[in-house]
Amino acid sequence: MKTKKGAAISIATMVSPVTLWMAFFIAIPLLYVAVMSFCGTDENYNVVFRLTLENYRRLLDPSYLQIYMQSILIAFLTTAFCILLGYPFAFLIARTKSRKKALLYMLVIIPFWTNSLIRIYGWRTFLSASGMLNTLLMKLNLIDTQIDFLYNIGTTVFGMVYCLFPFMILPLYTAIEKLDINLLEASSDLGARGASTFFHIILPLTASGIFSGSIMVFIPALGYFFVADILGGGNSDVIGNLIERQFQSGNNWPLGAALSMILIGITLLLVKLYQKCGGDMESLGV
Amino acid sequence: MVRTQKRKLKKGLGVGYCALIYLFLFLPIAVIITNSFNATTSKPYMTWKGFTFDWYIKLFDNSALLDSFGNTILIAVCSTVLATCIGTLAAVGMYRYRFRGKGVIDALLYIPVVIPEIVLGIALLTLFAKTSIPRGILSLVLAHTTFSIPFVVFNIRARLTGYDNSVEEASMDLGAGKVETFFRITVPILAPAIGGGALLAFTLSIDDVIISYFTNGQTKTFPLKVMESIKSGVSPDVNALSTLILAGTTLLVILTQSNLFKRRK
Repeated sequence: MKTKKGAAISIATMVSPVTLWMAFFIAIPLLYVAVMSFCGTDENYNVVFRLTLENYRRLLDPSYLQIYMQSILIAFLTTAFCILLGYPFAFLIARTKSRKKALLYMLVIIPFWTNSLIRIYGWRTFLSASGMLNTLLMKLNLIDTQIDFLYNIGTTVFGMVYCLFPFMILPLYTAIEKLDINLLEASSDLGARGASTFFHIILPLTASGIFSGSIMVFIPALGYFFVADILGGGNSDVIGNLIERQFQSGNNWPLGAALSMILIGITLLLVKLYQKCGGDMESLGV
Repeated sequence: MVRTQKRKLKKGLGVGYCALIYLFLFLPIAVIITNSFNATTSKPYMTWKGFTFDWYIKLFDNSALLDSFGNTILIAVCSTVLATCIGTLAAVGMYRYRFRGKGVIDALLYIPVVIPEIVLGIALLTLFAKTSIPRGILSLVLAHTTFSIPFVVFNIRARLTGYDNSVEEASMDLGAGKVETFFRITVPILAPAIGGGALLAFTLSIDDVIISYFTNGQTKTFPLKVMESIKSGVSPDVNALSTLILAGTTLLVILTQSNLFKRRK
């Protein structure tokens, strides 16, 4: 006979490993970061537990405020470009009748098996003043002096789009693939033109893909410090660079913790907004 | 006539557009492969000095680089095994039973998926520093397992929807115990989803930069080795190793491709 106790034991054996793991490696560390953001440091940069708002006061430093705005601008532009470039692309590969559809999908993922740092470095090599693009343009006589494409907000956005592009494509692909062809035919049978069908049928039905893609692109873009380092050359830092500096060279962990609280805040806000728009958390995972 | 021409033009534009996007995705990889054959010996190794295979031979003398690659594989294997075991149990347990606190576990699982990696990286760093867990292979395995678990759970959960309990019940009615049923019925049925989750965990682990960067101590993984060398210019032997890794993974996928595509549907 099945007993309640039996079920309880099953639940305990199956669910307790994940519970303990997530509690110890997610919940506790994040709470600790929250606590640390209210702490100070001694002269040797050790964390000292005394309640202070000093770190939060320092967050309002004008040079920091400028970087928050810059970081949000970079994340926004990255998301916008990912949607604009990615939507038509995802549409084409999701609705192709070609037998190579599975291959076309795989080709989006394959580049991501090569480490992202070295691919970003590949772009730097390609775009640098003595790099292949300049050599090519000079050979074609399109330019006569080397152009430095690197080290500005533009290249940082470019690198971010490159790194985060598949996170936009995959949810878009899923949403577009689910579109019912009958609806599109019905719309055109009833006399709607292409643009009208797109704005009244296709776009609303695939909006979920745009929303989850945007979450998966915008939030990481605030933290990808290595892209800003390699392609931005220190001229286009994001919030991630500020945090990285405090935990590596700067050695002011409480200040770094307070800066991290900004990212946690933005993440919570955007996820709430996403859920308000009817977004499904599950579709962010896979 | 005009209509078919118009349609052809549309199709051509579409193909051209997709080709441009694929060029965008693959161009840096072409740069990496090209540079792995670059005969240059002066930093920052960016100008083309002719073709050579030397770097593929020199690669095997660079023990620091090979060690970092060994670490990457070791950490990926350990964290994948851990995350897959914990994640599979969790996904099945959470699907099958209703219990108090389930929402909390769910929320904790979403955190690594949505939060910027740097936040998780520094949070784990502070934990390891506070609890004196040695920073090295161990801390890296723990960190990688942490961000992999949710992806394994969600991957399996997605395929549990519409899962038929009756086979399990039949197994129990015929006298098999719960543990036996789990290993001989549930796991084989879910094998494709578990495999997919494990593959995802492995991929995330070998490519991870940010979280490893904060939790590594003195240990270098391959991505961290790349990061270190970026300041002085990535030498072509790093490109050679990347090329070999890419060739290896691509081959692996081609060999297992038929399975992979069946799983997708």
